Amino acid sequence: MSAHMSPANLSLRLDEAQRLNPAFATLIGPTPKPDLSLADWLASLDSGDLDRLKFSRVELEAHLLALIQDAQGFRNPVTRIKSLRILGGRDKTGAAENLDLDLRPGAIVSVVGPTGSGKSRLLGDIECLAQGDTPSGRRILIDGEIPDPARRWAASGKLVAQLSQNMNFVVDLTVGDFVEMHAECRAVDNPEQAAAEVIACANQLAGEKFSAATSLTQLSGGQSRALMIADVALLSTSPIVLIDEIENAGINRRQALDLLVASDKIVLMSTHDPILALHAHKRIVIAAGAVLEVIETSDTERAHLATLEHYDRLMSELRENLRHGARLETLPLPFGSLE
Amino acid sequence: MRVITVAGPPSVGKTSLILKLAKTLREEGQKLAVVKFDCLSTDDDLLYRREKIPVAAGLAGSVCPDHFFVSNIDDCLQWAQDIGADLLIAESAGLCNRCSPHVQGALAVCVVDNLSGVHTPKKIGPMLKMADVVAITKGDIVSQAEREVFAHNVWRANPQAQIVAFNGLTGQGAGELAFHMRGAPDIETLEGRRLRFPMPSAICSYCIGETCIGENHQRGNVRKMRFPEVLA
Ligand SMILES: Nc1nc2c(ncn2[C@@H]2O[C@H](COP(=O)(O)OP(=O)(O)O)[C@@H](O)[C@H]2O)c(=O)[nH]1
Ligand SMILES: Nc1ncnc2c1ncn2[C@@H]1O[C@H](COP(=O)(O)OP(=O)(O)O)[C@@H](O)[C@H]1O
Ligand SMILES: [Mg+2]
Ligand SMILES: [Mg+2]
Ligand SMILES: [Zn+2]
Ligand SMILES: [Zn+2]
Repeated sequence: MSAHMSPANLSLRLDEAQRLNPAFATLIGPTPKPDLSLADWLASLDSGDLDRLKFSRVELEAHLLALIQDAQGFRNPVTRIKSLRILGGRDKTGAAENLDLDLRPGAIVSVVGPTGSGKSRLLGDIECLAQGDTPSGRRILIDGEIPDPARRWAASGKLVAQLSQNMNFVVDLTVGDFVEMHAECRAVDNPEQAAAEVIACANQLAGEKFSAATSLTQLSGGQSRALMIADVALLSTSPIVLIDEIENAGINRRQALDLLVASDKIVLMSTHDPILALHAHKRIVIAAGAVLEVIETSDTERAHLATLEHYDRLMSELRENLRHGARLETLPLPFGSLE
Repeated sequence: MRVITVAGPPSVGKTSLILKLAKTLREEGQKLAVVKFDCLSTDDDLLYRREKIPVAAGLAGSVCPDHFFVSNIDDCLQWAQDIGADLLIAESAGLCNRCSPHVQGALAVCVVDNLSGVHTPKKIGPMLKMADVVAITKGDIVSQAEREVFAHNVWRANPQAQIVAFNGLTGQGAGELAFHMRGAPDIETLEGRRLRFPMPSAICSYCIGETCIGENHQRGNVRKMRFPEVLA
């Protein structure tokens, strides 16, 4: 059932292994016999050694093989795609959905519609590369092709990164240690530097600053979202990003989207926020389980963004002032003009 | 008859996963039977019964539930055959990190959850390391970064396994699991088949009922801790 090819074997010598993957050095420790093969080393261990390493013999063998494959870089080649095509299925009454949408890297698409209309369903269809086997009957093509079943499932996990409202950081680590750990999984050349970049970038998106030494679980909502977005843009291999009604308070929305565009990803985000909706190049309108229309954001609409952002800023200033104990006896001008 | 062992630590979402999967299998016209192994009591059988899934429950009492499992699994298979099932899923309590119910010839699924922390895959032992498919649940509540690190660590612990992200609340991932189950081998009986990993047996006096603390009461294979030296 192996998805990973290459019959890695244990004929590698200990010194070669340690050069190949630093993890071997930690595992094996200083050895008087660097020219021993991994297989012979494994055979030489007694049950005390195995206990110390917290492995059974069978497990350790599998682990050694994994470390070899790991170092050979089988796990994380960056997945690139040229196109994501969504073919219509049916709405909640079973009527045909008229849809054939082709998205290319760098595309930012918003998904709008009332609660319960099927926004999350659409994102879910993309996540599992639906082939007529979800309630909507939609089909998803990658680079113009129907992925065959084995490829579909092997691919789906790697193609799609997700951000959604109820996601949190749960590990008990500092921001720096964790992001570095993520960078190590990606086998980037300099994990420490990569982590520093992600954190710097997240700090630009978030209103309140945090450092590498901050504990992940202490981050505010805005800081968490900023870090998740920066991490997905800079460290995730997935070429498609699905954002499901992520709350936008406390982050710079325009910068966040620019960052994702720059990383050449295809971004779909379901949202009720007019500013996010209009920042997208296109917006998909959903009603009763089906796509009603795909609207290109017009130049006029985009021009309105400046005004919307102006009012949005006024609102957040007002919010900040209240949070810091201000009174609101007189309204700032644009609000006051209604009375 | 295809036999599938589903193992994983408590509360990771094994029952949720099997219930969602049952829906998908039912739509495909396959008949599922479930046997639930636990220690002293289980409520899972009620959940299966409510979904009209034939279920048998086995309570291990004082023995390790995985040892109990292996002494009974072939009888379970006969039972499932008698009631005309196409597929038997054995949900095990997964309380013992040293043992694992995975059997050669039966598709082995291990369930772990994203909440258990990124170092957990390394600690779980043969239940995960000997599995064909590892389902990772509760991705809906952790960050993308943690999901990627967790999946990577699962892969390091078991590079041969298919890794499936599964949402126990929505059933997202059921299609993929059902796909892997279609590939499970068809078997008539488990007689003569072997466990994928030998289970440690009762080895010390406490395994067989001793309750008193003290050197005089420790017999058999006793291992003692070593402590760091006390600095003057
Ligand atoms: N958020 C979330 N909760 C889940 C998921 N899978 C299972 N759960 C919940 O986790 C709890 C334990 O699940 P259960 O199936 O009984 O676990 P078992 O002990 O392994 O059989 C239940 O409250 C489930 O609703 C998931 O993917 N996401
Ligand atoms: N085309 C469809 N056919 C059948 N059911 C659908 C369809 N689209 C959505 N649904 C179902 O409707 C419910 C609400 O959809 P959801 O995507 O959660 O809405 P939203 O995210 O817009 O609030 C879900 O149970 C979903 O599976
Ligand atoms: Mg939704
Ligand atoms: Mg259960
Ligand atoms: Zn045991
Ligand atoms: Zn004992």
